[in-house]
Amino acid sequence: MSDKKELVGFRVHTMEYQTKITKSYANRKPWQAPNPNEIKSYIPGTVIKINVKVGDKVKEGESLLVLEAMKMRNQIAMPFDGTVKEICVKEGDKIPKNELMIVIEE
Amino acid sequence: MSLKKHILDLRKRKEKVEMGGGEKAIEKQVAMGKMTARERILAILDQDSFTEYDLFVEHEAKDFGMDKKQLHGDGVIIGTGTVYGAPICVFAQDFTVAGGSLGLMHARKITKIMDHALKMRVPLIGINDSGGARIQEGVNSLAGYGEIFYRNTIASGVIPQISVILGPCAGGAVYSPALTDFVFVVDNISKMFITGPGVIKTVLGEEISMEELGGARVHAETTGNAHFFAESEQECFDQIKKLITFIPWNNSKKAKEFPPKEPQFKGNLEDLIPADPRKPYDVRDVIRSIVDDGDFFEIQELFAANIVIGFGRMNGQTIGFVANQPLVLAGVLDCDSSDKAARFIRYCDSFNIPIVTLEDMPGYLPGVDQEHAGVIRHGAKVLYAYSEATVPKITVILRKAYGGGYIAMNSRHLGADFMFAWPTAEIAVMGPEGAANIIFKKEIEGAENPEEMRQLKVQEYKEKFANPYVAAAKGYIDSVIEPNETRNILLHALEVSVGKDINHPDKKHGIPPF
Repeated sequence: MSDKKELVGFRVHTMEYQTKITKSYANRKPWQAPNPNEIKSYIPGTVIKINVKVGDKVKEGESLLVLEAMKMRNQIAMPFDGTVKEICVKEGDKIPKNELMIVIEE
Repeated sequence: MSLKKHILDLRKRKEKVEMGGGEKAIEKQVAMGKMTARERILAILDQDSFTEYDLFVEHEAKDFGMDKKQLHGDGVIIGTGTVYGAPICVFAQDFTVAGGSLGLMHARKITKIMDHALKMRVPLIGINDSGGARIQEGVNSLAGYGEIFYRNTIASGVIPQISVILGPCAGGAVYSPALTDFVFVVDNISKMFITGPGVIKTVLGEEISMEELGGARVHAETTGNAHFFAESEQECFDQIKKLITFIPWNNSKKAKEFPPKEPQFKGNLEDLIPADPRKPYDVRDVIRSIVDDGDFFEIQELFAANIVIGFGRMNGQTIGFVANQPLVLAGVLDCDSSDKAARFIRYCDSFNIPIVTLEDMPGYLPGVDQEHAGVIRHGAKVLYAYSEATVPKITVILRKAYGGGYIAMNSRHLGADFMFAWPTAEIAVMGPEGAANIIFKKEIEGAENPEEMRQLKVQEYKEKFANPYVAAAKGYIDSVIEPNETRNILLHALEVSVGKDINHPDKKHGIPPF
């Protein structure tokens, strides 16, 4: 009767069903609204060069850092005029996708 | 030389080449827990039925010292044989010869047997065990892969193509199995990936073992690339042979008919499912209780288990079953289960196998991850596959058939030939709670005791609409049947559908939502 133990309440629309959960469903990541002040890596890679320091005022379009991925050097640009609040990576860091690199504010 | 000497010479040559990479390489292969390429072929085919071709083929590569190397059979064995009397074309990469690496002549041998299979309209079994492209042969190896992929595609839907992964199958090589109908993997032996752990570590800094990245279990459970998972090579071969019994030799034939057998099931079908639509049960018990001998051959058992697909026989004839599985995720449709069902439906349609759908599902899986993963385009594949299929299509609604799910699961509206429903069926635009909340919103909110009113209205809606009779009154359901009548009614429906012939407009091909 180990089956019985694996059953959980599972809501689809308005009804709750007794059922088992798959591994991929259990491991899914809950949705989070993106924070425009957090600059995250859109691809895994290596931070080659950081062009700013904490406190720098940076104009929209200026380079924050260079992220090398798949042999391409990608300029990570400032999305709007603002200030660098925090730098979370060092030059030479290998980072996965969606890693927080720089925090900025308007 | 006398004639006898010629014959002895031939035997000696054969013996030498049949040793593949030699004793040491064979010892290594065995130490990895693997059988040799030749043993594998012999284990799958009927005894004494294997005939080999291109035994004496040699490569012509000259660069990097290759001109001094002799590679027996160029690392692959090809031939023909039978499985339970069914003609089969087969190739098996020989890992003991240069790691089973694929060079020009190696690929030529494979494409030769593929061409033969297509020309003779017989199934093809490919056993993959290869380190990948033979680097020394450069672009010739790439050409070889491309020519194999092309043939896989052209043969798709004409002859059954079976891939068996019994070793590494990495890089571009994985696309041949991916283009074939059924992929078999064995625990701890099969490894499939586009980019290996080494490169992933160098480029991305992610550390992962080969097994975790692309082992048998990963492909059987997570990616859905594999259709059959086995603990050992022998178990895998038994699965292949069993599959062969269920499928026809090619798309102009029907699967072999077996002597009809009664199901083993002796109880009451209605006892198998709880009346409360929120309670789970294993829909495979229902399938087993209606197929011949209780023998249901499940496909992709470990992947997207919220839908069940597989073959069974009814009166000796192969039937493809598609069934929602209330035991897992309440039987919802999601991206993975849609892909799984749609591909199977298209397989059955290509190879003249009637489809029986057992429906009990609450709808599509809600969630941001599903929406963003493209549940619209994945879900659309199910609609496409059912609508397009011209084989006999029969649906039995066991319990819930709500909303889009009702339409998707081979409804009358998508061209089902017969629609049956158990009296427990609830065919409605959504579950009673949700529907009552919307329709009777004003009454519920305006009531002195809203909760009491809500329960009352839910009950009212249930009685009026959560049943099969509203759909039956419109002719969307042909017949409301008792659970115990299911097998006999299906047998009858199949019997009267044998001559089914419908013609859709001519076209080159449709554009399914891949």
